[in-house]
Amino acid sequence: MILKLIGNIAGKLKTSFFDLLPIIVVVLFFQTIVLQQPFPNMLETLVGLVFVVIGLMLFVEGLELGLFPIGENLSYALVKKGSLFWLLSFSFLLGFSTTIAEPALIAVAKEAGEIAVKSDLIKPEIESSYILGLRISVAISVGLAILIGIWRIIKGWPIYYLIIGGYVMVIVMTLFAPEDIIGIAYDAGGVTTSTITVPLVTALGVGLATVIEGRSPLTDGFGLIAFASLLPMIFVMGYGMLIF
Amino acid sequence: MLIELGITFLNTLRDVAPIVLLIAVFQIFIIKKSIPHLKNVIFGVVLVIFGLTFFLMGLEQALFPVGELMAKQLSNPEFITKTYSGSLTDWKAYYWVYIFAALLGFSTTIAEPSLYAVAVKANEVSGGTIGTLYLRFVVAIGVAIALVVGTYRIVVGDSLATYIMVGYVIVVIQTIFVKKDLVALAYDSGGVTTSTVTVPIVAALGLGLASAVPGRNPAIDGFGLIAFASVFPMITVLGYAQINDLAIYFKKLSKN
Repeated sequence: MILKLIGNIAGKLKTSFFDLLPIIVVVLFFQTIVLQQPFPNMLETLVGLVFVVIGLMLFVEGLELGLFPIGENLSYALVKKGSLFWLLSFSFLLGFSTTIAEPALIAVAKEAGEIAVKSDLIKPEIESSYILGLRISVAISVGLAILIGIWRIIKGWPIYYLIIGGYVMVIVMTLFAPEDIIGIAYDAGGVTTSTITVPLVTALGVGLATVIEGRSPLTDGFGLIAFASLLPMIFVMGYGMLIF
Repeated sequence: MLIELGITFLNTLRDVAPIVLLIAVFQIFIIKKSIPHLKNVIFGVVLVIFGLTFFLMGLEQALFPVGELMAKQLSNPEFITKTYSGSLTDWKAYYWVYIFAALLGFSTTIAEPSLYAVAVKANEVSGGTIGTLYLRFVVAIGVAIALVVGTYRIVVGDSLATYIMVGYVIVVIQTIFVKKDLVALAYDSGGVTTSTVTVPIVAALGLGLASAVPGRNPAIDGFGLIAFASVFPMITVLGYAQINDLAIYFKKLSKN
């Protein structure tokens, strides 16, 4: 029993290690052959690598045991309840609450504030309210994105009409938005979906598409994250056009 | 080190707190039912929190310092002049940076936990036809191409918006000509590539490169690599779907 458990864990650790092997090889190759530098803090790096391998293994285990079942169960329970209002409120709140405190977003927003002051787009006094406004507009956009994505799954609309429509909006807004906000707006799309949100949202979408009759989990269940990366771009550019 | 571990743990808790709160409120007041296998689920969430803590902590210890240092060293003019005899403004001078960007993009994407989660789900709902490793491989190739094109753009100083728009146009054209069942998954692949592992090193690479190349401004030209990494995986996954379509088409053709 115990032997089997140990064997099990060892096997999983091995899988995690192989996932990380490419990084290790790349780093070693560049450090020793291309740059020909000695390795800084060898011991710390090795300890860190052990942490990464263990962490990845625990995360993968927890994913199947915790996050996926929660997402699936919620979608079943909310559909069974039959209330569209609560399903959509939940979708919005999930997107909003996970984004507003996202560290990557806070970092990007702060940087955006500094750049805006430097290039005289806003007065230094309103920098902090500008940063907060940026964070709130991104959080609202992610909330709306999940809401629209869930609405699409319920209705069974093909995803490409919505996403391509979104791209057209991004392109049109790029032509009119202030130049300094474009780079930040584009990057904002990438920072909103954290490692905990992605599995939860994916399980929610796939779960919904499984319970609702006539929807295919593969064709209809995915796509929530795509909305969550697209809408922030539109909102951040819109915010820039409003403020400046 | 223990203190750092504690801080990382608290940060992870803070990230998880709003989700746990929201789900608890919905389960208790609106669904009014407990989650089935509650003990297992809680155990799973605890594993995720500890897993992420160790993962992030380890990355900060092992990978980020080395990655950032390498990004700086590779774009350092001293290193460039040693490996290339031409002018520093020539885009070819930075060939090691492109190679590094490609390998870095590929290898960090393979280890990205959120991509792993999406790949597992895709494998599950496709009845095993989309292998988890396959999807991650195709997405990783997309990120590798993205970072090469993105670093090249920083060196030559072209407009970010133009590149992104061309990327969108390619995605739209591919979407028109592909069988539609994988489109949603392909779009999702764009958003999941840029999280915990990839972003910090990629950001360092962009900023380092923009400050090394003469005539570039890090505050303006250093951005955009993340945006590239969200567009190109869509193109490669759609491309993968198209190749699949073609293979099926030719199989049918040869049967007739």
